[in-house]
Amino acid sequence: MNSEFASAGRTRWGWFIFLALVLLLLPLVSETSTPTLLAIWSLFALSLGLMWGYGGILSFGHAAYFGLGAYTYAITAMNTGESTAALILAILLPALVAAIIGAMMFYGRISDVYMGVITLVFALILFKFMGATAGDAYRIGSARLGGFNGIPAFPLLNVPGDTSIQIFGTGLYYVVVVCLLGCYLLARWVLSSAFGRVLIGIRENEARIELLGYNAPAYKTAIFSMTAAMAGLAGCLFANWAEIVTPSLFGLGQCVEVIIWVVAGGLGTLIGPVLGAVLLGMLKLLLGEQTLIDNSLVLGAILVLVVLLLPRGLVPSVMAWRTRRDRSVAGRAASAGTRRRRASTGAEKP
Amino acid sequence: MDYAAVVGLEIVYMIAFLALTSAGLAVVFGMMRVINLAHGELVMIGGYTTIACAKAGINIYLAMLVISPLVVGLIGLLIERLVVRHLYGRMIDTMLATWGLSLLMVGLVTLIFGNTAVSVPAPISGYQLGSFQMGGYNLFIIAVAVLTVLGLWLLLRFTRVGLIARGAMQSADVASSLGYNPKMVYMWTFTAGAALSGLAGGVLAPLTGLLPSSGGAYIAKAFITVITGGAAVIAGTLSSAVIFGTINQLVSFGSTPVIGEIAMLALAVVVLRLMPQGITGRFFKNSA
Repeated sequence: MNSEFASAGRTRWGWFIFLALVLLLLPLVSETSTPTLLAIWSLFALSLGLMWGYGGILSFGHAAYFGLGAYTYAITAMNTGESTAALILAILLPALVAAIIGAMMFYGRISDVYMGVITLVFALILFKFMGATAGDAYRIGSARLGGFNGIPAFPLLNVPGDTSIQIFGTGLYYVVVVCLLGCYLLARWVLSSAFGRVLIGIRENEARIELLGYNAPAYKTAIFSMTAAMAGLAGCLFANWAEIVTPSLFGLGQCVEVIIWVVAGGLGTLIGPVLGAVLLGMLKLLLGEQTLIDNSLVLGAILVLVVLLLPRGLVPSVMAWRTRRDRSVAGRAASAGTRRRRASTGAEKP
Repeated sequence: MDYAAVVGLEIVYMIAFLALTSAGLAVVFGMMRVINLAHGELVMIGGYTTIACAKAGINIYLAMLVISPLVVGLIGLLIERLVVRHLYGRMIDTMLATWGLSLLMVGLVTLIFGNTAVSVPAPISGYQLGSFQMGGYNLFIIAVAVLTVLGLWLLLRFTRVGLIARGAMQSADVASSLGYNPKMVYMWTFTAGAALSGLAGGVLAPLTGLLPSSGGAYIAKAFITVITGGAAVIAGTLSSAVIFGTINQLVSFGSTPVIGEIAMLALAVVVLRLMPQGITGRFFKNSA
């Protein structure tokens, strides 16, 4: 726990600047469509990783807010023809909905499994509802919801105030990368603030934090709402990448996938979920290109193996291994030193 | 009058469907506090087993009532030995690992049977109720559900096996000091739960065509039914099956089936908010 507090306080700025530079220079050497998608998934995983890894709250249906962000963007953009208001709404609406659901759960003292059901059920309700909205009767303003076919052909992001300059391709990549880096810094800042310390305290021992006078449900509702806003932003960016939104954004598959990324990458870190999303996302895209092995077979096997063999995830396991190695190297050096001293003193004895 | 009878029958059928598909999950959750998210895929494999047997010329009742539970029970035994037994007491980890298993099984079945729907005709023909054509096979499902729940209750309440199982769940230490190995009890309980899932899958197979992804349709409903029911295996499952089945069908008849399902899901949220420990956390506390 101590080391975690230490690392939460001391951001490794060298690494962060290096990674930021790599991400910003990537378009010079590679196409940007796949990296954009991976960065969007990373942002989504980051939002769940922040809430689950530090607040100890597992939402089984985090995809609800991802999909809500995407749909909100698409519907608002179609109605206003301009993207700025749509982008802001796509962040605010998921945050608001999550605040209501979160308050209902946390003030109701609903425990972990039951919370899992409620969050999952909410995603399923949205999935079923959006799937049943085929036909002209279901429209919001000028946007037809379109059932399982979803909403295509909505206006893409544009430079705020000027609808003639659209952002897509490499431009979209830069927007996504800036959002990802910004959210990462925001998460780091939250965790190093007093709010973040209390949040980690709630994860460790909720009863003790409450006895110290903190209002745990308020803190949990706040982080739930905040990470839902991040997921909404990721969903909005995804809508711009895919240029269509469909009910599968809310689906069981999307809910599972983000959990797998976070678990595999590592709970209790911020870089872990990002890394998990990038690695498993690349694997998924690679598997999608061939038909020999079924995609879900591999993802399922990975999830089972990670839970059994690396229950703490990739990044924490590597970090623990490095600490162990450093310690044993230091230990060996120290014991070698004492042996040498003993040897030299021993030599003087007759 | 006929219409009322049809609605009534459909409600009873829905309750039976929920109770049957949730029984396996309820045994494993209620007795062991383990949530098996691969439950839907166990049901799906039970269905595939029945269809494969029926196509191979085996009597379909033998296939669904005997072979499917056996096959799926064996798979459950395998899962318990290889994965679940390492994770007892870690509820979230168990859920994640079994979720992984569910994806794995979907992948395997896709590999073996392909991603196309398979089906088998129902062995009981329909009948006429007034001016309505009814599926006769639904009555068979209702009968199987009643017998399953009744059998489970008798087993847990009145037999030595049931006593040992309940004892090991209440206090593993006491059971083990009396000479019963709790680990073996867990193993057989999980296997029995899987066999019940296989039975449900086999019996339901003739009703709907099966896809490798069909398990997803069962897991959400079963999960909600069991968790809302709470810790008591039979009283919990029955009470939530009755509530959800009734609401689902009444709303479905009033509007569309999708709205019915949404009403059921929304109701689950409300019930859990009012009773955070499930229905049997508040009522029927001392039942099996």
